[in-house]
Formats: sequence, C-alpha cells, structure tokens
Amino acid sequence: MNAKRTDFLATVVINLIVATVVGILVFLLAYILISGLPHVSWSFLTGTTDAFSGAGGIGVQLFNSFYLLVLTMLISVPISLGAGIYLAEYAKDNWRTSLIRSAIEVLSSLPSVVVGLFGFLLFVVKFKIGFSVISGAIALTFFNLPLLTRNIEESLSAVSRSQREAGLSLGLSKWKTEIGIILPVALPGIVTGIVLSAGRVFGEAAALIYTAGQSAPVTNFGDWNPMDPASPLNPFRPAETLAVHIWKVNTEGLANNAAQLSAAASAVLIIAVLLFNLGARLLGNFLYRRVTASK
Amino acid sequence: MLKQYSFEETAVQTFDEKTSLAMKTENLQVFYGANHAMHDADLAFPKNQITALIGASGSGKSTYLRSLNRMNDGIATVTGKIWYHNVDINEPTVNIYEIRRHIGMVFQRPNPFAKSIRENIVYALRANGLKNKAELEERVEKSLRGAALWDEVKDSLDKSALSLSGGQQQRLCIARSIAMEPDVLLLDEPCSALDPISTVKVEETLLELQKKYSIIIVTHNMQQAARVSSQCAFFHLGHVMEYTPTGTMFSNPQIPVTQDYIAGSFG
Repeated sequence: MNAKRTDFLATVVINLIVATVVGILVFLLAYILISGLPHVSWSFLTGTTDAFSGAGGIGVQLFNSFYLLVLTMLISVPISLGAGIYLAEYAKDNWRTSLIRSAIEVLSSLPSVVVGLFGFLLFVVKFKIGFSVISGAIALTFFNLPLLTRNIEESLSAVSRSQREAGLSLGLSKWKTEIGIILPVALPGIVTGIVLSAGRVFGEAAALIYTAGQSAPVTNFGDWNPMDPASPLNPFRPAETLAVHIWKVNTEGLANNAAQLSAAASAVLIIAVLLFNLGARLLGNFLYRRVTASK
Repeated sequence: MLKQYSFEETAVQTFDEKTSLAMKTENLQVFYGANHAMHDADLAFPKNQITALIGASGSGKSTYLRSLNRMNDGIATVTGKIWYHNVDINEPTVNIYEIRRHIGMVFQRPNPFAKSIRENIVYALRANGLKNKAELEERVEKSLRGAALWDEVKDSLDKSALSLSGGQQQRLCIARSIAMEPDVLLLDEPCSALDPISTVKVEETLLELQKKYSIIIVTHNMQQAARVSSQCAFFHLGHVMEYTPTGTMFSNPQIPVTQDYIAGSFG
C-alpha cells in the first residue's frame, strides 16, 4: 500500500469516527430536547413540587442546582487555586510531591456514591448538619478538587518560564509574579476547567442524595436573609437538585406523568448546563481581555 | 574533535583603584548538581561602559551573567563573591528582590507580559509602591524614550504588548528594565531572536544607555561585541580565558584559544 492510499484510508476512518461521536451527541441532545421541551412551561419552571407524588413544577430544584453550584465553586475554586499554585510553582520535585499528586488522582477516581455516603456519615450524621445545601456543597467539593487542582496546575505550568523570569528579574516576589503575571495568562485554561467541573456538579445525583437530601421544601423567594429557615439562601436547608429530582421521579415518583416530568426536567437541565458554559466562557474571555489588553 | 587548550594560560585584565567599578566577582563558581559549569571567574566591570561576554555555546557566559543578579537561585549553586557597592550580594542574607531592582536583566527571547504596553512598564513600579499616576506616566515616557521605542508606540500605549514586532518587544523589555532605574543592566543575547534591522536599533539603544547605566551583554555575535563593547571577556568551557579592552581582543588576542576563536578556526 503506498503512502497516498494509507493517508486516504486513515482520513476516511478518522472522519467516520468523528462523525459517529458527533452523531451520538446530536442524537442524544435532540432526543432529550424533543421529548422534554413540549412539556416545559412557565408554570413547570417556576412551580413547586408535590412532596408526596413528585408531580408539579421544578422551580425550587432549578434554584437549588444553581445555588449548590455557586456554593461548591465558592469553596472549591479558592482551595484548588491554592493547591494548583503550590503544585505548579512551589512544590519541589520529590517523593512528597508525587505522593500528593497520587493522592489527588485517587481522590478523583472515588465513586460518587462513596463520596456521598462519606458526606452523609460525616456532615449529616456526625456533625449533625443534616441534609443541607452546605453538606452537599462540601461533598461536591471533594469531587471537584482533584479535577480543578489538576487543571489549574496544568494551566499555570503551560505559561512560559520566560514570563516568570521577567517578573523575578524586575524584583517582583515569586508570589506577585504568580498572581499578577502568570495567573492572568492562564485564565482561559482555568475557566475551561471550572466550566467542565461545573457541568459535573450540575449533573451529579449520587453524591447529593445522601448529603443535600431528596426533598425540596417550599421556600419563600421573597426572603433573602440566609439565616431564615425559609430563605432560599439558607445553606442549612435540605435542597433537592434537578438531577436528584430526575432520579427520584423515575424511581420513587407516584405521579401519573412521571416519564414526561423527568423528560422535561432533563431538557431543562441540559439547557441550564449549556447556558452556564456559555456564560462562563463569555465571562472568562471578557476577564482575559481586560487583564491582558488584547482586543 | 575540539582542540585542547590549557586553562592555565589566561589573560585577564584587572583595574587599578582609580577605575570606578559597577560590579566585581571573585572566585565565582557555578555548579548544576555535580556539573561544574563555571570555574573561578574573577571579573570586574567598569562603570558606564558596555562589557561583552563572548564564547561558544556552553562556555558558561549566560550562566555567569545570570549569577550576577541571583537569577540562578534555585537552579544552580553559586559560590564565591559578587561585589556590588561594597556588598557581597552572593550572601544568603541579601534581599534578592531588592538586588534585582538595582541590577536589571533582559533575556534572549523577548518576554513582555501579556498586558498593555503601559502596564508592562508600570506593573513592577506599582508593585514596588510607586502609586502616583503622573509620576508613573512620566516613567513610562522616559523609559520608552530611553529604549528608543516611544515614537513608535506613544499612540498605542493601551494596546497589547504582544501585538508589537519582535524587535519592538525586546526594546519594550529594555524599557521595562530601565524604568526601575537600575544601576546595572544585564543582557543575555538580547538580539539573537531579532532581525538585522531590529538588532541595529537595539545596539544604538545600548550605546545611548551606557551613559547612564553599566551594561554587561552576553552575545554570540562577535561583530556585535566589537561594535558595542569597551571591554570583552572570552569564555571557554566554563573558564574565563581572556578579558581585555575590545580593541585588543579583536586585533591582538593574547592567547592561542582566543586567537583561534576570533579567527574562527576553533577545533
């Protein structure tokens, strides 16, 4: 077989593989949207769920998903930023560092059910926090940390060494160089990592069933004091998320239209993830342009 | 096969007490782990002159230069004395960040920050506590003029530094260094990534800058060393072999190894 023929065949095969992947993706998205969207209405998006049957709207769950996401990110981004900076910049290349790296990898391969049960035993039972947004957010942080830390470390390491030398040669401290010069350049990569992990958090159900709980008590959206039990911002209230709701409607739901309900909720979940990704990317690009003065 | 030269036969000039010196090293040794990269470098650099460090790749000239503002910290072990204003700045107790503000450095590849042209210059100034806007603006103009870049960029100070050409970027890096108002400027092959026209501009800038700064430049390019420097040091395999006024180095090299290197019949 000559080189030209080999190239042609390889191109065809690669194109076929890509087409298959794209095809599956489009089919899945289209299927979920087509079967779900017709059942989505304003009252479904904003309404409350009947606690017994699981029927009714998903307003509270939708809010819970976003709130949990924000809370998780508030906890996990600063921690993984610190860990990522440490690993990329300060850690010496020795056995201790490789031990930390292996520990992070092990953490990332933990099944989410195990993380959920751990969160249940530690936060819900032992610390008596109960099923709550905060328990859920901490459990999700466990999951998020390895992915985000790895991503931040890699984004920082990808920035040329000559940028670090430039900062140091001007008498800037290592820390100032890292925060003021390296981090802005690494920002797009870090935003990508945050978006990816946010998608995981949004879609996670197993770890939340035992931590954030399976009930979405009616909350008063007029009350924004996080200390009030009925406030949507209260981090100590149980909070069923959209993904958990979909799982519950399908397994325990007593509503007649359970199939339609979960189809509609799935469609909403997918759209919410897409919107979040889009928003995070726009924000990331905007920030990047601001700090680097590129157009 | 490389010719063998005796490391004993050297010709290194010293200066009498009347010459005011910018910096001086005594017995400077650099080790990369077990690799002894620089042996016994005793060099003195007169004030307000350009000193060129020449030699083949791997001769240790960049390694030596990077030791002078402690950029080898954490990379290599440097022993010996580095005298700067009667202080041995190779002592572990010395504040290296302070030292680097007095001894600036420009690197082989232009490495402007991914920020605007203005921000490239003011970032480090601000980090060092200079907050006055008018004064910062003044420094921007002064340093860009000093690096002969002002006329080309004065209308686009807010544009990204990465949109400049390679030669402009390198002059911006020079401007960024002199904005700190250092004493000594170290340049590590500043023109090796530039085209001939940009190279000429950088060289003209350096000749202008020596009135205010003491400059030490590592270069591969012997013509460049001949054009810009007053003193020239030749490095070979981690040893300083010859250090003489540039005129002497190129017209009448003192020892066989320099003669061969200048004549291009090395090995």
